[in-house]
Amino acid sequence: MALTKLTMGPNLFKWQPDDWRDFYFRLADEAPLDCVYLGEVVCDKRSSFVLPYMDKVVERLQNAGKEVVFSTLALVMSKPDRKTVRSVIADHKFSVEINDISALAHLTEHPTGKPHVIGPMINCYNEETMGYFALKGSKRICLPVELPLSAIKTLSEQARKLDVEVEILAFGRMPLAVSARCYHARVYKLSKDSCRFVCGEDPDGLSLQTLDDEDFLTINGIQTMSHSILNLLNDLDILKETGVGSFRLSPHSCDMVEVTRLFRSVLDQEISPIKASKQLATMGLNAPFSNGYLHNEPGVSWTVNNSNYG
Amino acid sequence: MKSPFELVCPAGTPAALRTAVKAGADAVYVGLRDKTNARNFPGLNFNRQELDEAVSHAHEHGAKVLLAVNTFARAGNTGLWHKAIDDAARLKVDALIIADIGMADYAARTHPDLRLHLSVQAAASSPEAIRFYVREFGIRRVVLPRVLTVPEITALNKEIPCETEVFVFGGLCVMAEGRCALSSYVTGKSPNMNGACSPASHVAYKEEGGEMVSRLGDFTINRFASGENAGYPTLCKGRFKTMDETGYIFEEPTSLNAAELLPELLDAGVTALKIEGRQRSRAYVRRVVEDFRRAIDSLEGHAAAPQDDLTSLSEGQMQTKGVYKKTWR
Repeated sequence: MALTKLTMGPNLFKWQPDDWRDFYFRLADEAPLDCVYLGEVVCDKRSSFVLPYMDKVVERLQNAGKEVVFSTLALVMSKPDRKTVRSVIADHKFSVEINDISALAHLTEHPTGKPHVIGPMINCYNEETMGYFALKGSKRICLPVELPLSAIKTLSEQARKLDVEVEILAFGRMPLAVSARCYHARVYKLSKDSCRFVCGEDPDGLSLQTLDDEDFLTINGIQTMSHSILNLLNDLDILKETGVGSFRLSPHSCDMVEVTRLFRSVLDQEISPIKASKQLATMGLNAPFSNGYLHNEPGVSWTVNNSNYG
Repeated sequence: MKSPFELVCPAGTPAALRTAVKAGADAVYVGLRDKTNARNFPGLNFNRQELDEAVSHAHEHGAKVLLAVNTFARAGNTGLWHKAIDDAARLKVDALIIADIGMADYAARTHPDLRLHLSVQAAASSPEAIRFYVREFGIRRVVLPRVLTVPEITALNKEIPCETEVFVFGGLCVMAEGRCALSSYVTGKSPNMNGACSPASHVAYKEEGGEMVSRLGDFTINRFASGENAGYPTLCKGRFKTMDETGYIFEEPTSLNAAELLPELLDAGVTALKIEGRQRSRAYVRRVVEDFRRAIDSLEGHAAAPQDDLTSLSEGQMQTKGVYKKTWR
């Protein structure tokens, strides 16, 4: 059986360009990753800031033997959004991740087709949708976050038949929704078009509480995320058995090289998931863990009892 | 005389369907009594026989019936969705409203004569995405995601080979529909998988120090002072805190009323107007449908009819033109 892969998902937040570059340089040099997703997913207006560093980052990652995939926008509406997606697809150098159907539309118009990854914000909920994507050239499908283990099992069986790799988001704040409205701009009482990039103030998103001061959700521009940190360390074994081929880690401002090492060590059975989770909890995330969706519970819940899969 | 718009109205029950037809609906959309539709609420929706009778009744009165099979089929149980699609064809509904790519593919291959509308849940928000659905599955009409302004809809209509339908009244999703897992994050039930958002089974109200607290799952969604109308705790319309801000961070508990925009929507090339609310009462359906019927009928010459005050029917008694105006963003 092929070695289970670890991937670093696209950075969903707006970081300072220098921090962004240094983050990827360090991943290239030190993190035991098989694949790194680059490219802006949340807001097209953010894309240009890191462009001056892009070639260097790509080169360093590739020289380190890491696959580079370009992620595309999750909500494509405006002319600039559409133009960006079109140009990423037209660039023949890289494999791309589809996060809006318009990107798949470009790919399937392409005469030679192009291998691609289906991102977790595309609704691939069942084996027939998966079969359709496979016919269109999807090589890897990162499943929606809200699927329970039973669905992941069915989809993994189908994926084996189709020669498609199943990827599961395994670490980080979960992307839960996108909107035409930018909540960062709204909170700062700015319009979306003159937002002054206030989302750049929050490298892990802006936390939102209930009226009882309980941490609840995270605002990231037009995206709404969980406050809790998805952590599937305890579930890696059963997911691996199910046939999941890669696990995706989502970038946060904590030490992601160390996070990657923890996940790799658990996959390689060098340390126990319980011990790894304890270490993960000391890394300054300041948020509880969750893995409820997998266990057929509300996504926010956290269970370490593996007999409780839905 | 041909109506300038097709008025598409909700019906959660056979009685509501008859009411909508009588009030002037050109088309009524309904769902089956299971997880295949996005208003899977207790006591709502149609069994097969009721759907059969609904189609006969509507057709006798010159109206169409559209069947919403607009959730995402469950892995390992796609048969339930196939059956809904097969029955739509067998009972001769006028169109199927579909969201799931696998199910659109099944419908197009199995029932090539069945007219397909793309659900708002498919979130096709650009000409490229819409053309993809038209090319791949023969979609004839797209229900536009509630993310586009009127000028954007105008531009879009010039670039796509199918009809467009837009929401004009009722509950307003703030998030792109079909792409929101907020409800399941808290309750385990989502629109995509269960056809329900912020389901009543997970709602609780309790009195606390003179305030009414509304909760969804384990989280407080709102607190109401005595005398304040304690609205339903739909997650994205709750009151929350962030930084030093307290309030409706995502959206006020408003609902959409685009009645004043009908002339603009006509110029934008929109084919059909949709009223949200299959969960609503017959009285609600009657008033809203009658009002929009009058508004559409008076559009010849582009002068909108004076509107009844539908504000009292709106969620939280507040209305918005929503995303159709760019300032909303």
